[in-house]
Amino acid sequence: MNATSATPAAPKISVRNLDFFYGKFHALKNINLEIPEKKVTAFIGPSGCGKSTLLRVFNRMFELYPEQRAEGEVWLDGENLLISKKDVALLRARVGMVFQKPTPFPMSIFDNIAFGVKLFESPGTTDLEERVEWALRKAALWGEVKDKLKQSGASLSGGQQQRLCIARGIAIKPEILLLDEPCSALDPISTAKIEELIVELKSDYTVVIVTHNMQQAARCSDLTAYMYLGDLIEFGTTEQMFFQPTRKETEDYITGRFG
Amino acid sequence: MSRGELLLSSTASEQARLARYTQRKFVNRLALTLSLLAMAFGLFWLAWILFETVRLGVGGLNLATLTQMTPPPNDAGGLANAIYGSFLMVLLATLVGTPIGIMAGIYLAEFDSQGWLAQVTRFVNDILLSAPSIVIGLFVYAVVVTRFKSFSGYAGVMALALIVIPVVIRTTENMLQLVPAGLREAAYALGAPKWKVILSITLRASRAGVLTGILLAVARIAGETAPLLFTALSNQFWSSSLSEPMASLPVTIFKFAMSPYENWQKLAWAGVFLITLAVLGLNILARVLTRSKT
Repeated sequence: MNATSATPAAPKISVRNLDFFYGKFHALKNINLEIPEKKVTAFIGPSGCGKSTLLRVFNRMFELYPEQRAEGEVWLDGENLLISKKDVALLRARVGMVFQKPTPFPMSIFDNIAFGVKLFESPGTTDLEERVEWALRKAALWGEVKDKLKQSGASLSGGQQQRLCIARGIAIKPEILLLDEPCSALDPISTAKIEELIVELKSDYTVVIVTHNMQQAARCSDLTAYMYLGDLIEFGTTEQMFFQPTRKETEDYITGRFG
Repeated sequence: MSRGELLLSSTASEQARLARYTQRKFVNRLALTLSLLAMAFGLFWLAWILFETVRLGVGGLNLATLTQMTPPPNDAGGLANAIYGSFLMVLLATLVGTPIGIMAGIYLAEFDSQGWLAQVTRFVNDILLSAPSIVIGLFVYAVVVTRFKSFSGYAGVMALALIVIPVVIRTTENMLQLVPAGLREAAYALGAPKWKVILSITLRASRAGVLTGILLAVARIAGETAPLLFTALSNQFWSSSLSEPMASLPVTIFKFAMSPYENWQKLAWAGVFLITLAVLGLNILARVLTRSKT
């Protein structure tokens, strides 16, 4: 990681003056932030600080719930996605998401991956098989499931299910991968595997990860944003945030005096 | 507090705990006994009904029951036309009622579930669900039978479908609501359109429950007499045309069981046995399906 990574020339996502509301509750307050391409950016902060909320703006997931709304600008490759007229499905094909709890679809391991691919492409059988294998290899799951692709996704262990969900996310080749506390339901071994995977993924993808685990942010992110009660308190390189935070609140949270 | 007092108080708290525990154990035993008695009461009647059904039903059952038409009094015959009529009308009513019920259930669970249309639909559906089936029979009689001046299999199918629909709507809605929001979100996050999410993910995740609802609806209409009395009526002869009056097992049982003729009474018991067997089988199948879900 070099010193200039905090202010890259072309950010992948820029958030400007973003406010977010759950009904009347003001959950994000005037957020400004630039997420660089092909880096891992971590959002940390205590529960309820708005980090997941911010993540769910990037793929407009919040739109599923009519009482939630976002105001401001979120630019993705020069387009404000909050006022984009494009179908939200096309946005979500570019911005993939993996959730806290593993959510295997009620179908076979193979079909779990193929489901997303077939939404946007009509590959032949061989192409589809290759793509599924590619995604599963990328998610470090191929070795464990290659002989049971026909089995139900639910038959896997929790850690395997989560890697299946990551494989499903990368199979459609998004540009950005949003990870919402992807390891909080997993044991340390599965967590280590997924962290390794995250570091590997950044050579191809822009990764944004929400985490409760400070060590996890320190281990696998290039940049870290600390949020508290809907405000972005501090944002910088992970090194700087962990070793020389400029704000006292950040230091208190990271050193465990608060939170 | 001295050591002695501490010891004393810990003994006291232990005694209090023990007393509470004894009381709890007693209440537990009492509740268990009452539950077992309630179960025994229910099982007793069920076992008796099944026993009588088998005892009297098997006696009247032979190959002729399945192959011959309903006979005149004091003559040999079977239930072939009634079995066929029941089978056909139940099948068609299920085929008509299931898609309507599933689609309405999807609307209630997945589209605008708090909107006024959904609220009204839910309310009306609850009324329909608990409406006495004879009311539905009379309704179809007034709307269809009097208009076309003929009892018909079609009218029977319509009455039965009206009973299937609310049951399927209710179970479909409930089963879809049980699907965790996370699963839907995960599918949307891949860029799936709404119809695809519903068909491939939510409906698929709840298919065992929805299927169970359908089977229970089938079990219910298989034994319904009232809605058929004024609609399909009955038919002494083989009738494969749905535009004519059609025989069915429940109506035939009703007619034969009340008659003074011994051969009719025997056939009525055979019919009861067949229906019970079919309903029991459907219920067991529904049970197996819900179990394999978990």
